[in-house]
Parts: sequence; structure tokens; C-alpha cells
Amino acid sequence: MRTLLAAAAVLTLAVLPIAAPWLQFVLTLAIAKGFAALGVAVLLRAGLISIGHAMFFAASAYAVTFLARAGIHDLGLLLIFSVLAGALVGAVAGSFLVRYRAIFFAMLNLAVSMVFYALCAKLYGVTGGTDGMAVPVPTVFGLVLSEPAFKSVLFYLSLGLMVLVGVSVQRYLNSPLGHALAAVHTNEIRLEYLGVPVWAVLLIAYVVSAALAGLGGAIAGFAIGRVVPDFAFWTASGHLVLIAVLGGIGGVPGAFIGALFLELLHSAAVTVTDSWNLIVGMTLIIVIMFMPQGVYGLFARKEASNL
Amino acid sequence: MLTAIIPLLLDSLASAALIFFAAVGLTLVFSVLRVLNVAHGSLYSIGGYVAASICLFVASRQLNSYLSFAALLFSAVFVAAIFGPLIERGLVRWTYGKSEAVQILITFGLFLILEDLQRLIFGVQSFYEDAPMRLLGTSSIGGVVYLNYQIVLIGMALLVVIGLRLLINHTRLGRLITAVVTDREMAQSIGIDTNRIFILAFSLGVFLAALGGALATPTSGIAPGLGADTMVLAFAVAAIGGLGQIEGAAVASLIVGLARVLAIYLAPSLDAVAPYAAMLAVLLIRPYGLFGSVTARRI
Repeated sequence: MRTLLAAAAVLTLAVLPIAAPWLQFVLTLAIAKGFAALGVAVLLRAGLISIGHAMFFAASAYAVTFLARAGIHDLGLLLIFSVLAGALVGAVAGSFLVRYRAIFFAMLNLAVSMVFYALCAKLYGVTGGTDGMAVPVPTVFGLVLSEPAFKSVLFYLSLGLMVLVGVSVQRYLNSPLGHALAAVHTNEIRLEYLGVPVWAVLLIAYVVSAALAGLGGAIAGFAIGRVVPDFAFWTASGHLVLIAVLGGIGGVPGAFIGALFLELLHSAAVTVTDSWNLIVGMTLIIVIMFMPQGVYGLFARKEASNL
Repeated sequence: MLTAIIPLLLDSLASAALIFFAAVGLTLVFSVLRVLNVAHGSLYSIGGYVAASICLFVASRQLNSYLSFAALLFSAVFVAAIFGPLIERGLVRWTYGKSEAVQILITFGLFLILEDLQRLIFGVQSFYEDAPMRLLGTSSIGGVVYLNYQIVLIGMALLVVIGLRLLINHTRLGRLITAVVTDREMAQSIGIDTNRIFILAFSLGVFLAALGGALATPTSGIAPGLGADTMVLAFAVAAIGGLGQIEGAAVASLIVGLARVLAIYLAPSLDAVAPYAAMLAVLLIRPYGLFGSVTARRI
């Protein structure tokens, strides 16, 4: 039943841009942010809140741009590299960040990401400073596409990846390794006594979450056609956490539902007012106060909440 | 070399003093309420906007321009009196005892709301009113010209450290705050009105942030995005000093100020990186900050 529902949702998403072409960009961006928010949600399972995941998002977008300028033009290859770039940066940062908990974890993630942000904004010669860099349009299996055609390919590819990656992450979360995350949240010492290395559990989760953010960053870079340091600013990280919470940390679809909800709300709001953050802020507070399970919790079955 | 360093030093210390006002408010609120207020930076910029508006009003009415000093102070009190109780009672109190994730997100939502409200009310142009700075003029020692206003800023930061210490150690309110910080439940059970302490402490934090913003108006001006920038800097300073440490925040802002001087002197393009690099370096070695400790949250 749930699989059917998910399939229907994905199919609707696939058909929507045919009816309303302007939605294609919005949906691509939503999926990109959904990947990054999924990464944040993975860590939230272990009770770790990262206000720095926009760094991986931006790092991979920059990495892909550098690679594309260095002569790698294939979209598939670039996306694989984006995941690797995210994972690599995640492994380096994670190796010392997963020692910390609670507010210290949040703060250190923030510190690292702000160092990265400041470097991106200041190293004008390398990153183009606050102007950022244009992302070249990649080729698809050697085919040189026009920009609109490429954007369509990118959208359907992201949609496919969303399903593929979503299923894989679901499997990871259902595996013992994934369940260990929730166990870290409830009682870390018990886990150590059981012989499970908490450090390794968290590092793997951290690398996975950074890789997801990396994939999202590359897709966002291609969709927007430009990478700027603001990708890594702390408010962007805050938005990712916001999406993860909006979607509820209950499941993989939650992150994407949260991202879609937010992006569609954004598109609807800008036609009426430019005080878009006001609406998002209020939505966020209302959701946390009155729907702690997130928007996803509305759809989730009741018994899921009985621990 | 000295003639190049000293103005730079003074400049960095003056901006560090401004950040200190925001950071010490953040740290105070955290130690009493145990909530990290992500919207703290917005209160800094709101203080700045209100101060700039009042100063411009004073200038437009051709009133005595020394009134603009009073205006700076008044605007901080004004912002604290309105936003302090409103935010604490209306929003922050619902997050007591919840997880850090909830607290950070709720105040992040508040940050988004406040940022847009400022844009709606004050527009997107930047405010700049340097009447107070011009009034104080400059002085010259050994051929180097200083802005007296910068020296006043550093002096005020010192006053705030001493004032807060006196408040906490030598007044009844300070004793009550210490009691609530040490053991909230015990304080409540012996009859201390903790809600009142929370409102007062939060409003004091808002006052300090707004004061920083108000004092920043004459030097650097107020523009959209200032709240977000101030937030991370205040956060960095508070974290370096150890969350909940007043003197820690003061020392940390000195460190950040000096780090910026070094960065400007050695690698000018990296001056914006310096505060965060300092934060990273300190937190990696001492995650609880220079003066923080693992368990006790002293004040």
C-alpha cells in the first residue's frame, strides 16, 4: 500500500512539469535539497543536529564545477564525483566531529562550515569570491544538449536517483547499522557495553549524510547554473535542518516531502509577498509546536509512533 | 610598523567590543535559560535600526546632537523592554527542557521572522548615522590619529564586564540568578519565582545585544544581513569563551580581535576566516571553551 502511494507520488512528480513547465526547476531544486535534508535527517536519528551541512552541499557543487572546467563533461561521471567529494569532505570533517555531542556537535559543524564559507567568499582567485562560478552545462553520454533539454534530463535523472537513493538509504536505516543510530540517541553507553563501536557507527552515518548532501549540491549547482558561497552560509544549513524537521525524521520520504512542501510554499509565497522567510519561520514554529512528528507524521500510520 | 599596527589594533578591538556585547548577552541567556537563542543576532540589528531611526530623528529636528548618545542607550532599553518579555513569554519558555534540536529550530524560526520584519519595517537600504562619532572627534598620539568613539566602545565593553560581575555577585537579583543557574528545581522549591528570573535574564541579554547594535550604528552602519553575520560571530566568541562564561566572552572577543589583526597583517584576504578558525582551533582542543567546564554551568 505504502509502495503504491510512493509510486503514485513519484509518477505525479514526473508528469507535473509537462502540465506546468515552470515547475521543473522548482521540483529539481526541491529534490536536490531533499537529498541534503535526508543527510541531516540521518544524523538527527542519532540525536545529532548539524548546523553545517550546507558545507558539503557547497563543497561538492564547487568540486563538480572545478572538475567540469578541468575537462570532465559527462553528467553521470560528475554526479558520481559529487557523491565522492561529499563523502571525502565528510570523512575528513567527520573523523574529528563525531567525538562531540549535542550543542557542541552543532557548534563545531557551524564553525567548520563557516570557515569553508569565508574561504569560498574570500579566495577570489580560486572560487570567484562572492560572485561564485558559472557551472558549465555537462554532456549526457557524450551528447551535447541544449540548456532546456539538459534541464529536463537533469530533472528526470534526479527523480530516478531520488527513488534509487531513497530505497538504499531506507535499507541502510533498517539495517543493524541504521538501528544503532537510534540506539546512540537513547543510550550510548549501553551500546558500547554491547560491543558496538559508537565512533564507527557515527562516522559511517556522517559520511553517508555528507555524501547525500554532496549529491544534492551537485544537482542544485547544475539546476541553478551557478555556485556561490551563500550555498554554505549557516542560514542555508539551518534551512536544511528545517526541511528535515518539516518532513519529520520518521522516514526517508519525509525529507523529500519536506523539501517539496517548502519549495512549493516558496513559489506560491513569492507571487503574493516577498516576506517569504516570515512565512517559513511561522510554519516552522507551528510545525514544531503542534506537529512534532513533522508534515510526514500526518501521513504516517499511527502505530509507528508507539516506539 | 607600530604606526601601522596600533590603528589596526584599535579598530579590531572596537569591532570585537561590539561583538562582545552580543556574545555576552547570548552567553548570559544560555546559562540562565539553557537555551541557545539563534535569533540573538537579529536583536542586535533591531537595536541598530531603532538607534539609527532615533538618531536621524534627533538630527532632523535640529535637537541638541548630544541627545544622540542618550538615543543609543534609550533604543537598547526600548528594544529590551518590548522584545525581551514578548519573546521569552511567547516563545522561548515553551522550549524549556526540550532537546537542543527543538530549541535551535524554534529560535531559528524566530530569526527568520525577525529578519523579514526588519526588512518590511526598515526597508533594504542601509542606515548610517555617524553624528555621535563625529561629536567625539579624534585624538592624535605620536602622529597616529584615533577615533575617540572607538576608545569609548572598548571602555563600555569593560564597563559591561565589571557591571555584570557586580550585578551577579553583589545584588539580590544576581544571587537569585546564580541560584537558578546552579539548580533550577531547588531554586523553585525554596520559593524563587523562576519565571521572573527568566524574563529578566532574557531581557538583559536582549538589552546587551541591542546595545551592541545601537553602538555599532555610528561606526559601521546597519544593513540587511547584519543579524545573520553577527549571530555566527557572537556564537563563535561565546563558544571560544565557554558558553555561560562572562569573562570568557570578554577574553574570547579579545582573541578574535587579535586574530583579525594578525590575519589582516599577514594575509589580508583571510580576515573574515580568522574568527571561525580561532573558534575551530579552540573548540577542537577544549570543546567546552576556554573557561567552560564539562558539568558546572557557572555564571
